[in-house]
Amino acid sequence: MSNSPETTSSQSLYEQLGGEAAVNAAVDIFYRKVLSDYRINRFFDNSDMEKQAAKQKAFLTMAFGGPNNYSGQDMRTAHARFVKMGLDNSHFDAVMENLCATLSELNVPQELIDQVSAIAETTRNDILGK
Amino acid sequence: MATIPRITFGEATFSCQPDESLLDSLLRQNIQVPFGCRQGVCQACLMRSIDAAPPESAQAGLKDTLQTQNFFLACVCHPEQDMTVALPNQQGAFIEANVIKKQLLSPDIIHLVLEYQTPFNFFAGQFVNLKRPDGLIRSYSIANIPHAKNVLEFHIRRLPKGQFSNWVHEELKLGTALSLSAAQGACHYVPGRATQPLLLIGTGSGLAPLYGIIADALTQGHQGPIHLFHGSRDLNGLYFIDELRELSEKFNNFHYVASISGDNIDSKHVKGRANDIALASIDSLSGWRVFLCGHPEMVNQSKKMAFMKGASMADIYTDAFHVLQADS
Ligand SMILES: Cc1cc2nc3c(=O)[nH]c(=O)nc-3n(C[C@H](O)[C@H](O)[C@H](O)COP(=O)(O)OP(=O)(O)OC[C@H]3O[C@@H](n4cnc5c(N)ncnc54)[C@H](O)[C@@H]3O)c2cc1C
Ligand code: HEM
Ligand code: FES
Repeated sequence: MSNSPETTSSQSLYEQLGGEAAVNAAVDIFYRKVLSDYRINRFFDNSDMEKQAAKQKAFLTMAFGGPNNYSGQDMRTAHARFVKMGLDNSHFDAVMENLCATLSELNVPQELIDQVSAIAETTRNDILGK
Repeated sequence: MATIPRITFGEATFSCQPDESLLDSLLRQNIQVPFGCRQGVCQACLMRSIDAAPPESAQAGLKDTLQTQNFFLACVCHPEQDMTVALPNQQGAFIEANVIKKQLLSPDIIHLVLEYQTPFNFFAGQFVNLKRPDGLIRSYSIANIPHAKNVLEFHIRRLPKGQFSNWVHEELKLGTALSLSAAQGACHYVPGRATQPLLLIGTGSGLAPLYGIIADALTQGHQGPIHLFHGSRDLNGLYFIDELRELSEKFNNFHYVASISGDNIDSKHVKGRANDIALASIDSLSGWRVFLCGHPEMVNQSKKMAFMKGASMADIYTDAFHVLQADS
């Protein structure tokens, strides 16, 4: 999907980021950011942090362009109850911000961060139930 | 081609086709298994193999304690051999064990020792469901490591008007047979990473699993520092103080702090809540293994705090002693 002239251009974005290991490296950092972000942490109740961390891995795998079986409809269903709680563009932007900050912290090159953003961006309407 | 593996789930036996996952084949049999991502990430489809070890690839991303206990993710499990599988909370058979010792450790907490005859597998720190003759069931944590004597030790705190705990304290007699379930729970020590620092925080009889976990770690030669913080509202919830002090003299890497959180209690112990004291004494928990047992609120708060302080989610092990309301 990337037309960059580098030698790595034959690898998928997910592979360039480092695959499952990259997701594992990112998940704790990302989830910590989300939990301490007052704009969005009310959506993440802490009753079962372990399960929720696993779901954040599903999120990251998807945003990293990794293998996933979620349809747009699945994303709508998964977030419908948050839309009822008032989920809107500002919350979506906050998640994007945390995602990009996580990747910078892991020294991921800006060019790849932009690609991750672009993938996550394609889900906006489904996540927000529009 | 290899033969097609046969899967047993409860009473049902069926085959798992080469092109389908175990989750697919269970759903094909109309067996209700929860699932989400179908790609081994969300862990919704967690199951356990009762006999054969599951394929390693079906265990990727699971907590090490769950891997050790043959848990796996059904959606990415392509069985290589026959397997008997169960959902995580499915109860197995109960076995019998006899009371061989009862001794007060503090005015509120009793040391109960059971001896079993049937083979029984467990890790120190796991819990069992104990069933008394009239059928009332409660969960209690195992405070000892497996050894040749075939005994299980418990620390049981008497709750005001608590049915099971008062019965244990007052009526249960030596020689009585109790039924117990298979050992459960993922809060236990797994060898490897022997230099990792360990933090253990417990309130009241929450010391029971921690005591077992510490014994396990020391027996397996854990070299990293081991910090135990045991707290209680009042003195009745503290026990094994001398034993733990002695242990800290015997093992240079074992450190012990006892604390009391109630007001106006005159004691030589540190004042404050065990979790506050513990977390204030350590700047970063990055790279630590953390065990939290006892009061559910303490466990949940500390879990979040430990995670925010840098502990990885995979390295936090908890047992919240949820108290059931009188039911069965
Ligand atoms: C995984 C796990 C591990 C555990 N490990 C341990 C352990 O190692 N040691 C330990 O001591 N405990 C442990 N527990 C707690 C234990 O399982 C029991 O919940 C506890 O002993 C209380 O049981 P009980 O029958 O005595 O009290 P219950 O009869 O269940 O009563 C619980 C509380 O509710 C109150 N109550 C009950 N009925 C009423 C009523 N009608 N009106 C008002 N109040 C009422 C009682 O006063 C009591 O304080 C564990 C729990 C879990 C989930
Ligand atoms: C940026 C685009 C987003 C994507 C691609 C995404 C993706 C996902 C995925 C794949 C899951 C797991 C679903 C499951 O298997 O159950 C999930 C769960 C979740 N998402 Fe999102 N998400 C996005 C944005 C958001 C936003 C903006 C919020 C709220 C601020 C949010 C809150 C949650 C919560 C709380 C869960 C966990 C639900 C639970 O615990 O059951 N997500 N998301
Ligand atoms: S369904 Fe998500 S891990 Fe199996």
